[in-house]
Amino acid sequence: MSNKNYDDIPGTIVFDSEQSARGFHLNQFCISLRLQKNRDAFKADPEKYIDNYPMTAEQRAAALNQEWNKLLELGGNIYYTSKLAAYHGINFQELAGLMTGMGSTAYRKMMVSGGRSIEGNRYKSEWQDK
Amino acid sequence: MAYVSSGVACSHVPVLGVASDTGITGDDYYGPIFKGFEFSKQWMEKEKPDVIFLVYNDHCTAFDARIIPTFALGCAEQYAPADEGWGPRPVPIVQGHQALSAHIAQSLILDSFDITVINEMEVDHGLTVPLTMMFGKPDEWPCPVVPLAVNVVQYPAPLGSRCYALGKAIRKAIESFPDDLKVCVFGTGGMSHQLQHERAGLINSAWDDRFMNLLVNEPDKGSMIEHVEYLREAGSEGIELVMWYVMRGALNENVEEMHRFYHVPASNTAVGHLILENR
Repeated sequence: MSNKNYDDIPGTIVFDSEQSARGFHLNQFCISLRLQKNRDAFKADPEKYIDNYPMTAEQRAAALNQEWNKLLELGGNIYYTSKLAAYHGINFQELAGLMTGMGSTAYRKMMVSGGRSIEGNRYKSEWQDK
Repeated sequence: MAYVSSGVACSHVPVLGVASDTGITGDDYYGPIFKGFEFSKQWMEKEKPDVIFLVYNDHCTAFDARIIPTFALGCAEQYAPADEGWGPRPVPIVQGHQALSAHIAQSLILDSFDITVINEMEVDHGLTVPLTMMFGKPDEWPCPVVPLAVNVVQYPAPLGSRCYALGKAIRKAIESFPDDLKVCVFGTGGMSHQLQHERAGLINSAWDDRFMNLLVNEPDKGSMIEHVEYLREAGSEGIELVMWYVMRGALNENVEEMHRFYHVPASNTAVGHLILENR
C-alpha cells in the first residue's frame, strides 16, 4: 500500500478520493436503490439493471454476491453499500454483524456492552495474530 | 441586529429518528437516550431561537457521488425530508430563512470561505434527527433553519481548524444581518463510531470525553486534532465530529456548559450531546 498515514488502521477502508474514483459506478448503482422504482427494476432483472452501471467485473460480482467487505475494498462506501444491504432487508447493525464476521447477535451484544474497545484495535500490527 | 445565543451539539443517529417516528422512545433500549434529551427540550422551550443554523452532513441523499461539496449552504425557501430508502420521515417540512441564508452566503464568500450555494435540496436524517431530539414531535418545527451541509463522507473532510474558523465567519455574518434574530447553532454527528469493515462497532468513550472537554474549554487546541486521530481513535465515521467545531467557532471563547449527555450505544454509535451558552 501507499504512504498514507491512515493505512495502518486495522479493519478499516478509508473512503478517500482514490477509493471514490474507483468506486464511482458501484456507489451510484447502490444509491440508485434508494428509490422504489429502481428497486423494482433491479428485482425484475438484477443482471440487466446492474449493467446500467459500468463497473468492473469484480465489483459487479461482489455486488451481486453481497460481498460486503470486498465492496468496500473495491471502492464502495458504507453509506452507499448500506442501500444495497437495505434492499436485501439487512439493516445497518446486521450489516455490521456480517462485515465483522461476528453475526448479528454477538455484534449487538458487543454494542450493548459498550462497543468494540479501542485497545488492541489502533494499528494493523496489533491484528497480526488474527 | 442578529446574534448567536447558544450552541447545541447532537448526534444524528438514524435509528433515533426511527424510534421517534414509531413511538418506541420509552423502551429499554431507547428510553435512556431520550431521557438524556428531556432537559434539552425544556431548555429549548425557554431558549426559543428565531432561527437555527444547523451544521450536518448529507448521507449521499441530496448529493450522491456525482457532486461532493465540502461546505454547502442551503439558501432555499424550504427543505423537504428525503426518501432515504424507506419513505420520507413523517416529520414537518423544514422551513428555511432565505434572507438570512443569502446574507450569510455573501458574507462568507467575501470573507474567503468559498462555499457552495444550494437553492434546492432535500434533507436526510442528518438534519431532521437533531430537530427531533431537541423538539420532539411538533406539527411544525418551531423556527426556520439555515442548513450547512459538510462533506464528511469522502476523505478528507475539512480540517477541524477550518471548521472552527468557518464558525467564526458564520458568527460574523450573522452579526451583520440587520434584523433582530436570536440564532442557535447546531453542530451534529458523532460521537465515536465505525460503521464499516472488520473494525465496525468501535466506540472510544475516553476519547469522546476528552473531545467534549476540549471542545468546551480549549477549542483552539481541540480544533487542531488531526484527521488520522479521528479515524484511528473515534472510528472512520467518527471524523464527522469536525462539524461540532463549526458550531463551537460561532460561540464565544468562554461558554457555559448547560447540559451534557453521553450514551452507548444507539445502533453502532456513541451518542453525545452538549448545550452551550455564550458566557
